[in-house]
Amino acid sequence: MIDVKDLRKSFGELEVLKGVSQHIDKGERVVLIGPSGSGKSTFLRCLNLLEEPSGGQIIFEGQDITDPKIDINKIRQKMGMVFQHFNLFPNMTILKNITLAPVRTGLMTKEAAEKEARELLKRVGLEDKADGYPAQLSGGQKQRIAIVRALCMHPEVMLFDEPTSALDPEMVGEVLDVMKELAKTGMTMICVTHEMGFAREVADRVLFMDDGVIVEEGTPAEVFGAPKEKRTQEFLNKVL
Amino acid sequence: MEQFLAWKAMMAAGEPTNLWQQFYVLFYQAFIENERWLQYLNGVVTTLYVTVLALALGIILGVLVAVVRTAHDQQRAGHRNPVLGFFNGILKIYVTVIRGTPMMVQLMIMGLVIFASSRNFVMVGALTLGINSGAYTAEIIRGGLMSVDQGQMEAGRSLGLNYKDTMRFVIIPQAIKAILPALGNEFIVLLKDTSLISVIGGKELLYAARSVAARNYEPMYPYVGAAIVYLLLVMLFTWLLGIFERRLRASDRR
Repeated sequence: MIDVKDLRKSFGELEVLKGVSQHIDKGERVVLIGPSGSGKSTFLRCLNLLEEPSGGQIIFEGQDITDPKIDINKIRQKMGMVFQHFNLFPNMTILKNITLAPVRTGLMTKEAAEKEARELLKRVGLEDKADGYPAQLSGGQKQRIAIVRALCMHPEVMLFDEPTSALDPEMVGEVLDVMKELAKTGMTMICVTHEMGFAREVADRVLFMDDGVIVEEGTPAEVFGAPKEKRTQEFLNKVL
Repeated sequence: MEQFLAWKAMMAAGEPTNLWQQFYVLFYQAFIENERWLQYLNGVVTTLYVTVLALALGIILGVLVAVVRTAHDQQRAGHRNPVLGFFNGILKIYVTVIRGTPMMVQLMIMGLVIFASSRNFVMVGALTLGINSGAYTAEIIRGGLMSVDQGQMEAGRSLGLNYKDTMRFVIIPQAIKAILPALGNEFIVLLKDTSLISVIGGKELLYAARSVAARNYEPMYPYVGAAIVYLLLVMLFTWLLGIFERRLRASDRR
């Protein structure tokens, strides 16, 4: 589904991604772990071109999305993204937050989008918040809404950029529960996280990144149970 | 009227007069004699008219400049639009020149050089003030657009919305709230700066005060009177802006 070939990204002199190649299958749940500054988030943000890669290719459903001629808006409609800081739109109601993109991009009529939004809100237990504003919600509620907002576009793949890192500890669980539910539906998910428990439980594959490259990858059992690389061992010793 | 003429004659003849009589005579000749208050009133109307015209022109120019410059700065590397780059360059020169030269000099050049043959001093003044205000308003609006968290643009774009829709529905509504206090301030500055157009012959409030002062050989009453009128106008608009801002903030309450 997504083929990444020798992806490179530099910010000025600083090379953050030093050639990453990966293949992600449909329905696969991939979790990226690694120390901060290792390039995990940059890798994820390159996948929907929030960061412009400096080199390499990203093939999404047969199309090279790094090609300047491609309509990136059309590609992004199929890639949901959830941010560390939620990034809900504070100037509109929850319902409008969710329905803005599907309606404006012509994916659905206003009525259909609102109906779907309410159903999705019900699934995450927030149907009573539809007419409220983001400022009235807790962090965990905001992040669940952000997931719903991305899902309402019917994406082929969901990208999660440290979705629980900005949350109070008691709210992490409610967001992870929603993500686990989502995983059960067969959604393709790529997730940058520090929640090792979640990685162990949900991931088909764990990628350990350090210093701009993928150092080690494998099933959770392989990476957490018997890490081969020294850097992976050191990292896991610190966080587990 | 008779009282005024009698006391005026006493003062002219050098006879002793008390403070009240002096005040009465000077005040009467500055504001009431020959219906001079009408001159001031016409001046205030012109002042407000110029302010509104200049503000409208300033906001139109400001929005235009701010949107072009922000769109230019937010282009993806490697996808730069040369037309946008060209206009951005021109607008940068506009902002630099206007902000880098005194308003009075701009008025002199516009009134006495570029539009030297025009007798419509008020319109030339309004045009100059509008062009001047546009450069400052542009920076106010650009600042407002930049003050919106970068994550908002990213969230909009990651949902597949295009740049224009994200600006229109997400960024601009949030920027307006940040812009309004500074824009209100710009309005007040503009109101006071209209007094400058008297130097090119615009018949606004200060012009009226000056001509009365010249006729009576008595500057204090007309000028202090004009100052009080400006002050009252500014106080009135500050009060109205305060109400407006409080109303906007009401939507922030939880």
